[in-house]
Amino acid sequence: MTEAIISVRDLHKWYSGVHALKGVTLDFRRGEALGLVGDNGAGKSTLINILSGVHRADQGEIKVEGRPVSIETPRDAMDLGIETIYQYNSMVPTMSIARNLFIGREPTRFSILGVGILDQKKMAEESIRAIANVDLHLRSPDALVGELSGGQRQGVAIARAMHFKSKVMILDEPTNHLSVKETNKVIGFVRGLKEQGVTGVFISHNMHHVFECCDRIVAMARGEIVLDKRIGDTSIDEVHGVL
Amino acid sequence: MKRLFKTYLEKPELAGLILLVLLVILFQVRSHGVFLNADNLRGILGILPEAGLVAIGVTILMISGEFDLSVGSVFALMPMTMAVLMVHGAPFPLALLAGLLVSAAIGFINGYVTIRFAIPSFITTLGMLFMARSLTVVVSGGFPPLLPADLPNWLFISFVGPGNMFRMSFLWFAAVAVLTSLMLSRTNFGNWIKATGGFMPAAAAMGIPTARVKIVCFMLCSVLSGFAGMLQVLRLGSPLPSIGEGMELQAVASAVIGGASLLGGIGTVMGGIIGTTLIRVIDNGLVLSHVDANWFKFAIGFLTIFAVVANAWMRKRAKAIKMEG
Repeated sequence: MTEAIISVRDLHKWYSGVHALKGVTLDFRRGEALGLVGDNGAGKSTLINILSGVHRADQGEIKVEGRPVSIETPRDAMDLGIETIYQYNSMVPTMSIARNLFIGREPTRFSILGVGILDQKKMAEESIRAIANVDLHLRSPDALVGELSGGQRQGVAIARAMHFKSKVMILDEPTNHLSVKETNKVIGFVRGLKEQGVTGVFISHNMHHVFECCDRIVAMARGEIVLDKRIGDTSIDEVHGVL
Repeated sequence: MKRLFKTYLEKPELAGLILLVLLVILFQVRSHGVFLNADNLRGILGILPEAGLVAIGVTILMISGEFDLSVGSVFALMPMTMAVLMVHGAPFPLALLAGLLVSAAIGFINGYVTIRFAIPSFITTLGMLFMARSLTVVVSGGFPPLLPADLPNWLFISFVGPGNMFRMSFLWFAAVAVLTSLMLSRTNFGNWIKATGGFMPAAAAMGIPTARVKIVCFMLCSVLSGFAGMLQVLRLGSPLPSIGEGMELQAVASAVIGGASLLGGIGTVMGGIIGTTLIRVIDNGLVLSHVDANWFKFAIGFLTIFAVVANAWMRKRAKAIKMEG
């Protein structure tokens, strides 16, 4: 068994009286593609939001590469190498691909108190490379994200995460509202993560998508983990049965 | 079509610029060449910086996704604060600093209250419009104080340049325009402003301090409005408590005519300036063309609606393009 890149111990979260996470303990292993499934309200979004710095756990411990960490903001998560890709939330449609790739992490030529002049040359060069690296064929990094299809946007989001050398990539329902062709593309991206040594966490309602690209499946229900098996040791029917 | 949409998003001020050129030609012809003569241009350029500075602030704030209706009141309160301090013996630089601080404080309150209580900035700044105007009258004691004689007019309003074409205020305006334009297009902070206004959840998810970005924009908007108010008071020579009334709406009209989106994320400093210039050109050109000046507000109103309808149409087209893709 490979070592855990993120290990979560006895994580609890209450939302105004609702016990959304009831002591979740889980290891995310390096280079593994993990499928996280469960019904709405099962706690998978809560778990992901805690790992990506959107919410904070009320109780429990998170370790990244063996070190205890506290993830207070999305920025903390990114600095730890945890990148989250949401269906809608990760791109600004009115801005170019190059600008979107570097939002919040713009290379600057010099800066005072964190504010500085953009290094536009570097942004253009690196964005071309970043897009090419995920095998995404786009005309120009100056194209607006609003012009891209849903699948292309997910591709750009993945390119961004890869570019910033994320170690863990969480994809929250990345195939929602995508056409079959686009979905296959995203599934291809997830498969590609393993070759790059990146841990993928794939969240989906669609069991077929999960079985197509993951090594291991974790099912949640009512704030707890109810199943944790290798893909080869389980079946869609078994997973459906426990949900 | 895709091309047009892209051009619109990259240069949303283009339509305003074309309209401006057309109107200048029209007024030049209709006024039998008076419109572009030196005297008339000097008049337009002398007033432009005041409305233009306010429009720059309002445009940047709109790009960040917020709105400020209190700019006209800050426009009056800032110079009134200075005048009252100077009457009590404060030197000009100190009064200037105090006036700018008061403006910045109002911008901070606008931003903080809007974000802390998650209410529309329309409401926060509408309230501030009344409060700041009321404060202006209260501190003036109901009677405009007399400005001291030894003001540094040479630094702010004296005519300079070839043929005394510009006032100093125009140079301040140009400097602010260049700096804010560069800030928006060339700095990481500009990127954060556009991202925050363009799609806040994405900006927040990428770790941009969206609340701080917005508050800075509110403060910048207030400070520019206050500074513009001071320029007008120096030009008029008296701090009237009623100056800047209705300015908030003209500034919004300027930004919108210049291509800024009310929803945020889209717009340029240049657009706000073009919008302001258009309004000033129409104001002046109607008079020179012997058209009843009461048509002025009609023209501004029409242009504003036209601009927003055009924007909405472009957005709809953009959506259609996305579906095809």
